[in-house]
Amino acid sequence: MTDSNNKWEYAPSLEGTKHIQLKDKYDLFIDGKWVKPSSNKYFDSINPANEEKLAEIAWASESDVDLAVKAARKAYVEVWSVMKPSERAKYIFRIARLMQEHARELAVIETLDGGKPIRESRDIDVPLACNHFFYYAGWADKLQDAFPHRNIQSLGVAGQIIPWNFPLLMAAWKIAPALAAGNTVVLKPAESTSLTALKLAEIIEASGLPAGVVNIITGHGDTGAAIVNHPDIDKIAFTGSTAVGKLIQKAVAGTAKKVSLELGGKSANIVLEDAPIDQAVEGIVNGIFFNQGHVCCAGSRLYVQESIADELVRKLKQRMQSLYVGNPLDKNTDIGAINSKEQLETIEKYVKIGINEGAEMFQVACEIPGKGFYFRPTIFTNVAQSSVISQEEIFGPVLTVQTFRTIDEVIQKANNSPYGLAAGVWSDKGSRIFNLTSKLRAGVIWANTYNKFDPASPFGGYKESGFGREGGLHGLEAYLK
Amino acid sequence: MNVLKTYKIYIGGQFPRTESGRTYVVKDANGNPIANVCQSSKKDIRNAVQAARKAVGTWSERSAFNRGQILYRMAEMLAGRKTQFIEELTQQGQSIESATNEIEICIDRIVYYAGWCDKYQQILSSVNPVNSSHFNFSMAEPTGVVGIVADQDTSLLGLVSQLMPVIAGGNTVVLIASEVLPLCSISFAEVLETSDLPAGVVNILTGSAEEMLPTLAEHMDVNAIFLSNAVTEMVKSTQLSAVDNLKRVLVMDSDWSHESAQGIRYISSFQEIKTTWHPIEQIGGVTSSY
Amino acid sequence: MTAQKNQFSEVPFSTTIDKVGVEERISRFQTRSIKGPSKIQGLFMVLSMIDLTTLEGKDTPNKVRQMCYKAQHLHDVYDGLPTVAAVCVYPSMVNVAREVLKDSPIKIASVSTAFPSGQAPFEVKKIDTQFAIDAGADEIDMVISRGKFLAGEHEFVFDEIAAIKEICGSKRLKVILETGELATLDQVRRASDIAIHAGADFIKTSTGKIQPAATMQVTFTMLMAIRDHFDRTGKMVGMKPAGGISTSKLALHNLVMVNEILGEAWLTNEWFRFGASSLANDVLMQYMKQVTGKYQSADYFTID
Repeated sequence: MTDSNNKWEYAPSLEGTKHIQLKDKYDLFIDGKWVKPSSNKYFDSINPANEEKLAEIAWASESDVDLAVKAARKAYVEVWSVMKPSERAKYIFRIARLMQEHARELAVIETLDGGKPIRESRDIDVPLACNHFFYYAGWADKLQDAFPHRNIQSLGVAGQIIPWNFPLLMAAWKIAPALAAGNTVVLKPAESTSLTALKLAEIIEASGLPAGVVNIITGHGDTGAAIVNHPDIDKIAFTGSTAVGKLIQKAVAGTAKKVSLELGGKSANIVLEDAPIDQAVEGIVNGIFFNQGHVCCAGSRLYVQESIADELVRKLKQRMQSLYVGNPLDKNTDIGAINSKEQLETIEKYVKIGINEGAEMFQVACEIPGKGFYFRPTIFTNVAQSSVISQEEIFGPVLTVQTFRTIDEVIQKANNSPYGLAAGVWSDKGSRIFNLTSKLRAGVIWANTYNKFDPASPFGGYKESGFGREGGLHGLEAYLK
Repeated sequence: MNVLKTYKIYIGGQFPRTESGRTYVVKDANGNPIANVCQSSKKDIRNAVQAARKAVGTWSERSAFNRGQILYRMAEMLAGRKTQFIEELTQQGQSIESATNEIEICIDRIVYYAGWCDKYQQILSSVNPVNSSHFNFSMAEPTGVVGIVADQDTSLLGLVSQLMPVIAGGNTVVLIASEVLPLCSISFAEVLETSDLPAGVVNILTGSAEEMLPTLAEHMDVNAIFLSNAVTEMVKSTQLSAVDNLKRVLVMDSDWSHESAQGIRYISSFQEIKTTWHPIEQIGGVTSSY
Repeated sequence: MTAQKNQFSEVPFSTTIDKVGVEERISRFQTRSIKGPSKIQGLFMVLSMIDLTTLEGKDTPNKVRQMCYKAQHLHDVYDGLPTVAAVCVYPSMVNVAREVLKDSPIKIASVSTAFPSGQAPFEVKKIDTQFAIDAGADEIDMVISRGKFLAGEHEFVFDEIAAIKEICGSKRLKVILETGELATLDQVRRASDIAIHAGADFIKTSTGKIQPAATMQVTFTMLMAIRDHFDRTGKMVGMKPAGGISTSKLALHNLVMVNEILGEAWLTNEWFRFGASSLANDVLMQYMKQVTGKYQSADYFTID
């Protein structure tokens, strides 16, 4: 191409932060009140985009957890389980509406705290979180209609532990169905991303929800363990790593606690030779680079039919050149900051492994900010099924590309994993799509699309990706006897 | 002189002896030996799981109608051999009335689940109205290989009640029979064998659950475990063993003679919900109204 | 440069297209936030890419003269603005436009081949084209035979384009697909591939007579065809969305799309045009807003 002077770059277009209200210090939201942690310990929440401190967050200890569980139990027994379901519904609707009213503030805080691009928190995370409350609100007085073949009953107190990749959305996924089904909640956000959950606590406080129905406590792994081990909790709902999920399973073995787990994945995204190739490329990009690849269902294993592999990889690399990596608050940023230093190190570790394994790496040669945690979108070609990088969950913007020749081969390879969360299939032929979608062992299958979420759509995995579903009618089941 | 039957085990549609070469003697109420039964071992569990895994594809992809036909055939075959089963139950100490009652419930239960084969999907599935131009539906799929420890207090009733919902749902099974009341389990294998059930869908082992369950619960290629009326310790150790590959563990404390001990929840406990998305193309502005 | 002659059999396989996926991709272009200097640069580019158009049965020489004047004097109260790229008129008005524009760098584009329907005998179409060229047209905007295309006679469509290109010689040929009549994006893609291989210098969405016209989905699909052709052959083809792009915002979204799919090489009026009659003034108003900081009134921008 000729040297042209038509270069057109997008000037920074930063989302304003003046309108948001953040406290310097956040206490625990227990029994409708803000309570200091008994240990008086706090930890910093930092902005991964520039490593600056955003606020101090209370570190809940076992006794704080106990306080929260007691409040939740009391609220369950005295208020929430005996309230008319249609009244319960109205509270949940009200929370949804209040969230909508604070949508932009929530989006900005989500981006500040977690590093995800404002475009995503504004257009995806926050609207989906609000919609989740809207969706489940309406179920509160229709539970018996959902399960006409059995006598439904709520469980009691639900302990919920959520990850850092979709902080507000995961809080919504947990709280909304639990409340609709008549349970009360003790929720712990991830330590690196507590802020939107705490803003949600403020919204819940403002909604007039009876005290103790939702308790939001912050802390590290020990706080989570105290929830899991608390004897008066009836239900544990966890989203996070498979390793921690297994620890939870061990901890609750032999108890009456009901558990739902939404864990890791290494999902296959399969492109057949008759696929709408440009949309497949977009789906691949959306599959692995959405939210910096911090997505449990990320399409991290790409399988391309050999006959189109060269063309597809070329198109993919071309598409990657137009991804903007940088300040998450810039409305034009496609890929923001990696959530934490630890996660960045994990990603870097895997990329080193990939290189040592002899895979061929391609990275976009874009500039990244000097401060903060960033990682360039990366793909590895020349990868084998037995490469570590194509087996283990990296949880970052790193894609492995393998080729295949026949459909039987790709079904086997796609299923050849301890995980079973999601899969993608790209083809123009309906009968072929249904063959694949019915044979892939995964809980969510995206055909000719990827990384789509909706409150009405059940989500959850097979095998080591966990059990139980979140979203939709099936999501209620996790919170009912 | 009576010819004593030697009960073998049932793996992959065959009736081999246990790899361990061990047997134990089952005695009647008066202490007289009735039969020799295999004392199965870890290796039999291994072989049975292999057979069950191999059969998952075949069985789960059979049409629901066909699975229903095969289950109904089982009921017919059991009904045809009713006397043999009543005799085995009485040999193991039940009264004729109780034995007859049990077999009749078993037949009914099989018929009940035969009827479910092509229906549960409609109840467990949903079309989900998502807020975008996609067709989105959720449906049930079998969990895979299910390990069952049959109710130890009944010879056939618990076994049938636990087994039927699991295979009606398209899973394959490795089943450990009642240790003290094992006779009907192997005779039931003969029923299965003559009911057009593909080899490996159900595998039945006799022997000590206590000895074999840990192997089954730890087996990385088993997807779920179904216990019935198990003691707390067994439940806990099974749940702990299940963690490594996140097996689903279902424990049911049921009186299997009761009608409430059957239902779609026994099927749905061994199903995974799969949600599928596909775009819907809209061309121009034409709607379905005209 | 004479057009290299391709055979219909050489038209490559046209990839299938998922419209919902395209819409998602489009929404990414639409959420690009173009501010400050980027916006000024973008608006400037848009102005320079406009094919100022009048294609009405009631066109008169005077109407065309006035439009040609406007093309050269977009907003004289502000210095340093570009002119539009071209004017676009009926063949019978080409000589009028030439009279006004004389040696101006502003090109004269003429529609032809029995625009807008294309329902005329092939001989008539050739005469139509030759007439426009003889009258001084720099560029020819032909329409394809959509009826033939929809009837599956793709080779006929190919041959027609190739024949018109032969008449055009060195004059640039824009091939109007009239995408609103092709309905699906798969058809748009197929028609794009055929047009490109038959010798189109530009492919163009619409006549402006049919709705929907230049939707972003359609333009996206055509840009991808151009991209693939370039990657395969190294040859650039131009793109002209026309019809329905009447606001700066929409025009900028289109530019973002060109920028991200084809790259900066296409960000010039040599390779990208907007066919529009009322876009220029909206862009001017936005431009003046950027320059002055004040929101503008239409009363201060001339209509021709």
